[in-house]
Amino acid sequence: MSAEFNELAYALDTFYFLISGALVMWMAAGFTMLESGLVRAKNTTEILTKNVSLYAIACIMYMLMGYNIMYGGGISALIPSFGGILGATDNAAASIAAGSDAYYSDISDFFFQVVFVATAMSIISGAVAERMKLWAFLLFTVVLTGVIYPIQGFWSWGGGFLADLGYSDYAGSGIVHLFGAAAALAAVIVLGPRKGKYGPDGEVKPIPGANMPLATLGVFILWLGWFGFNGGSELKLSDVDSANAVALVFANTNLAAAGGVIAALITARLMFGKADLTMALNGGIAGLVAITAGPNVPSLLVASVIGAVGGVLVVFSIIGLDKLKLDDPVGAISAHGTAGIWGVLAVPLWSADASFGPQIIGILTIFIWTFVVSMILWLVLKATMGIRVSEEDEMTGLDVVECGVEAYPDFTRAQ
Amino acid sequence: MKLITAIIKPFKLDDVRESLSEIGVQGITVTEVKGFGRQKGHTELYRGAEYVVDFLPKMKVEVALDDDVERAVEAIAKAANTGKIGDGKIFVSSLEQAIRIRTGETDKDAL
Repeated sequence: MSAEFNELAYALDTFYFLISGALVMWMAAGFTMLESGLVRAKNTTEILTKNVSLYAIACIMYMLMGYNIMYGGGISALIPSFGGILGATDNAAASIAAGSDAYYSDISDFFFQVVFVATAMSIISGAVAERMKLWAFLLFTVVLTGVIYPIQGFWSWGGGFLADLGYSDYAGSGIVHLFGAAAALAAVIVLGPRKGKYGPDGEVKPIPGANMPLATLGVFILWLGWFGFNGGSELKLSDVDSANAVALVFANTNLAAAGGVIAALITARLMFGKADLTMALNGGIAGLVAITAGPNVPSLLVASVIGAVGGVLVVFSIIGLDKLKLDDPVGAISAHGTAGIWGVLAVPLWSADASFGPQIIGILTIFIWTFVVSMILWLVLKATMGIRVSEEDEMTGLDVVECGVEAYPDFTRAQ
Repeated sequence: MKLITAIIKPFKLDDVRESLSEIGVQGITVTEVKGFGRQKGHTELYRGAEYVVDFLPKMKVEVALDDDVERAVEAIAKAANTGKIGDGKIFVSSLEQAIRIRTGETDKDAL
């Protein structure tokens, strides 16, 4: 291959990586819209503030320390090195000249990876909606995006012990989605349910979201962003095999979401007698999460089935969590956690390169690490600054209490 | 003078307005209201759990008249009727005084 051809391939792969990263960045908008649609109007400004802030914090923290913890090589397979602030040097071109198979710019890799940690943090945001103190959440964001996520990311994608074991998680059903759900579960347990969500006899009292069109828009945005999330994770586009793999990943990602929506919609219709929109939306996300661990292997039909199983699981998971009085206003723990576990376990069914042992160890490692460390951090925050707003503030709504402005000041509210 | 207060289904508002116009009613006042009657609200479903909406949205139509009260009541009742539960109610009460703010006209002249 000529040097010009290599340079062109390098440019193409880098460009593809950057565009994929930009698509994943847009998922932040998807989460924001989904969450603002599923909370009450009085908590809308606060959840918007939270989402834009967490995205910004995740980017800064990942630059300051996260990226170099995750990808800086390890002291051992368990302990990452703490490389500090990411520099601007791009060594990739030089290493290509030296015959390395590096095929994209280092900074494009950082750009792509940074939006993943923001995604993980967005998952938590929805689960703790309508009752958590804004600044406690943002403080948690600093630690999660700077340290907790990068350490477990190092174990697999950074070349640590999960990678050595053969844990297979293509774009992060476990590493990103189950991770976010585990931290969210710890938060929900420490935080408690929203006031009025569960009656004295344990009955579930629904708290309908304010804006179904926004929630639906959010899911469509996530669906679009997911093409970058999974498609970009192929890391390469510039030869026939890679291009074909990317095409399969795009098609499978799309079909898994479709399968998830249909399965959740039918499950909800059979169980409740109505076409429950929010369940269908969660089903779509569950389908996307489920295929994320291995969108590059199964056939198109199988991908839609993997998504559909995720869509069925998410409905039962949401009902199950409610029975346990774990209040997750947007269904994040079910859509990302339950479907994430299914996604990781589904990989060995179709891929010869994966087996169940490492997958199960991966799930347990990610869940236990994230859950325990998050739990400790939430408890520390609770004991020091407090993580929950007062009952009166919760009734008033976090918009006025935390942000000073309502989302819809021109409208009069029913309550 | 009488004040007719009708609580009707929201989607029947246009029909009621038209039939009142047909019999020559000059003006009505409309308010969005919520309430319940023997129907006692209805249930909705969110994320797999049913909940009761205690107060259903209705329209309150107010008409002040000196004569033709019976015809107006009939017109409202006919236009707002669907035959199904929750069609609403009509109340007629005495009106002691009426004043047109712009001119200061009173009672019958003000209607």
